[in-house]
This record gives sequence, structure tokens and C-alpha cells, in this order.
Amino acid sequence: MIDMKSYDVVIAGAGPAGSGAAIAAAKEGLRVLMVEKRQEIGSPKRCGEGLSRSSLERMGLEYDPVWARRPIIGTSVYAPNGKYVRYDGEDLGWVVERKIFDKWLAEKAADAGARVQARTEVSSVLKEDGIVSGVKLSSFGNSWDVKCRILIACDGVESKVSRMAGLNTTLKPTDLVAGFQYEMAGIEIDPDRIELYFGNEVAPGGYVWIFPKGERVANVGIGVRKPFARKTAKEYLDDWIRTKPGLKRGSVLEANSGGVPVGGLMENMVLDNFMAAGDAAHHVNPIHGGGISEAYVGGRIAGEVAAEAIREGDTSAAFLDRYNKRWWDERGKKLEKIFRLRQVAERLNDDELNWLAEYLSGEDLVNFSKSKGFGKLAKLLIKKPRLVTLARKLM
Amino acid sequence: MIKTDPELCLRCGGCVGVCPQDALSLSENGISCSEKCTSCRICVNFCPVGAIELDD
Repeated sequence: MIDMKSYDVVIAGAGPAGSGAAIAAAKEGLRVLMVEKRQEIGSPKRCGEGLSRSSLERMGLEYDPVWARRPIIGTSVYAPNGKYVRYDGEDLGWVVERKIFDKWLAEKAADAGARVQARTEVSSVLKEDGIVSGVKLSSFGNSWDVKCRILIACDGVESKVSRMAGLNTTLKPTDLVAGFQYEMAGIEIDPDRIELYFGNEVAPGGYVWIFPKGERVANVGIGVRKPFARKTAKEYLDDWIRTKPGLKRGSVLEANSGGVPVGGLMENMVLDNFMAAGDAAHHVNPIHGGGISEAYVGGRIAGEVAAEAIREGDTSAAFLDRYNKRWWDERGKKLEKIFRLRQVAERLNDDELNWLAEYLSGEDLVNFSKSKGFGKLAKLLIKKPRLVTLARKLM
Repeated sequence: MIKTDPELCLRCGGCVGVCPQDALSLSENGISCSEKCTSCRICVNFCPVGAIELDD
């Protein structure tokens, strides 16, 4: 239980960002408290649960069979006309069980010395002379104050804690994907491959995904975006599933929805005594919406900077600006480049997507998602007069 | 002001993240809307399950 009235660092939210921050800060010997408002860490998920091997490496963590539901050995990306581009590899990654994966991370935070407390919410942010000084926590009907030198908000896309602290994290509507997903069983799928379906009728401003978790079970989900979408995300997904004989008679084990930030990268993620990380700071790959490793890395950098700040006795925004700089060097510049690719992709009509599928390889698509190989796409786009200005965005 | 249909709402909080007025909040009981709401419809347009509508 939470036994102290003061911590060096309080972290709001125990997803990958929170645990990344908690592990880094606790390893440096700080007194760390990480609270999670939900009764169970990792649930309900707002995620397709795909984790690539390169993402796990970016997190600096080792594979553990405890969270891996299914290894992935290929990806098929479908153009609107049904033509697909394949990418094959030995072990590209896994579809994970988030409620196990997130707890596995939180367990590492606890092992590193952090105090972790689920079903405990930051109900308000305490301030002295207008500067963050702690939090009011509430849990099981009790409410009490905890002081801290640094507060790190890792409380998801809504980031109530950032707002209470005074950092504006509001996304533009065009930078928030509306996600909806069923975990389906009793379906006919390729159990070894991720499938992605693109098209302005299928999923405007996003895509449909099938992420297999077993022979006949998968996360089947969709992301769509205003101003392109004309129906709700759920309506788009239901309509699409109805056209798939192998899916339409499937069972539903779980229904999820969520908002996925795909842009709005923040030049400033700090205040005096305060940092934001993860979905709260829009740490997501803007082209595919994957955020597990981005959140963890963002949290880790925030945790490391928190340790330096406390060691040097300066937790001002001017000092914590190190976090802004380091995150932008390590991740932000790449994600900003990928954001420009997103702006190009969303302008392509179905005929243009079909045309590109003739010329792009699976390897090209993987490169694009890692901010590499844009030159090849630009060279294709300049062949079409309508797309010349878009091609310039990639150069 | 907006109202949400508790039968449809999955409490994902996406609408809170996109509200430019900071008018929405998420609790176990669902979404609540404060007087700061300007009926701009951004949350209505976002909601993945169509759970939000304007309440005049």
C-alpha cells in the first residue's frame, strides 16, 4: 500500500509510458509512486496488440513467452482492388496480450523499487504558487495528498492530469484516429500473418487490421479519421466484416474503442516539476498508429531526466527541457518525418493506392514505417501531375 | 452541451482528448460534460461508436 506522504516522482498511469518512466527513475534510486486509476493494469485495451521485434529492441527488453500470444512471420497489405503487397520474415514480432504485457512491465517497475498502486486515481493536481507540488489521490473511497518533486502524466490520450497541471495536450480532430475493434474467435484467418486493408471506402484516413492471436482468434479492428470518414468507426468495421465470409459468423470475445493520436507531436512536454509521456504526449507512430514502444521510450527518457533533475536539485521547466531535446533527437525527428508521409497517404484516392501497390514492395512499406526510403515513393508520385506537390512533402 | 448514450459508450476517453474546450471528463459512469461546452460537435464526429449527440 501507499505508505508515504511524499515521493520524488509520482507517475499517473501504469501503461507502457508509466512503466518506462517508473523503471528508469527507480533504477536511479528515486522514490517512485506509479498509480493506475483502473482496477486492472493493461485493461481494457485500446490497442491491436501488435509488437514488432524492432519495437521490443527499441525498448531494450527481452522476449518473454508469458505475454506472446502468437509469433508473426509476415504482413499482407491490401490495396482497395484486393491486390496485396507481402512482407515475409522469420520472426517479425508478436501479437501480445496487453493485460499481461502491461502488468509484466509494471512488475519490472515494482522490482526496480517503484511503488505501484492500481485502482488509485489522481483526482487533482496540487500546486504551490501556481507550480505543481503533488497530487490528491483517491482510492476505494479514501482521498489523501501526496507531495512530489516531479509529476509525470502517462494517463493516455485524454490526459486529464496534464490538463490539471496546465499543459495543453488537446489534439486537432484530424490528428486523432477513431479506433474500434473486436477480438474475434471462430474465424478463418491466416494465423501467422498480419493483414492490413486500405481504401477510402473501407477505412478513410486509416485502415482495417487483422492481428492473429491464435489459429482461429484475432483482433479485427479499424481506425478512421475525420474529415474523411462519413460513418462511425464501428459502422465501417461492421460493414467490412459483413463482406468477409471467414469473419462474419465469428464470435466476439471483447469490444474495444479508443482514440489514437497520429500527429500533434509536441515541441514542449514539460512544465515546472512536470512532464507528460506516452499517448498523453502523442508518442505514437503517425503512419500505423502503433504506440507501445514509443510510449515506453518516451516514459524512459522522462524518467531518466527526472533522476538527473532531482540529483542536481533543479526540477524547473528549464532543466526538464532536456526531456524535450532528448526525445526529439531520439524519436521526434523520425516521427515528424513519418507524419509528413501520413499527410501524403491520406490524400491518395483508391485508384492511386491501387497503382502504388503495383510498384511498391513489402520491404518498401516497412521502410516507410521507419521513416526510411521516402525517395522511392517520391519518385513514383512525381509521375502523376496531381501528385507532384505531395511528392515534394517527402523530399 | 452533449449527452452520451451509456449503452453505446465504451468509456475510451478519446472524446476527452479531442475536446478543445476541456469540457469533457471520463469516469466509471461514463462521460460528463461541463458548462464550458460550446456544442462544436468535434466529439460527436469523433466517437468511434456514435454514442454522443448534442443535447439542446
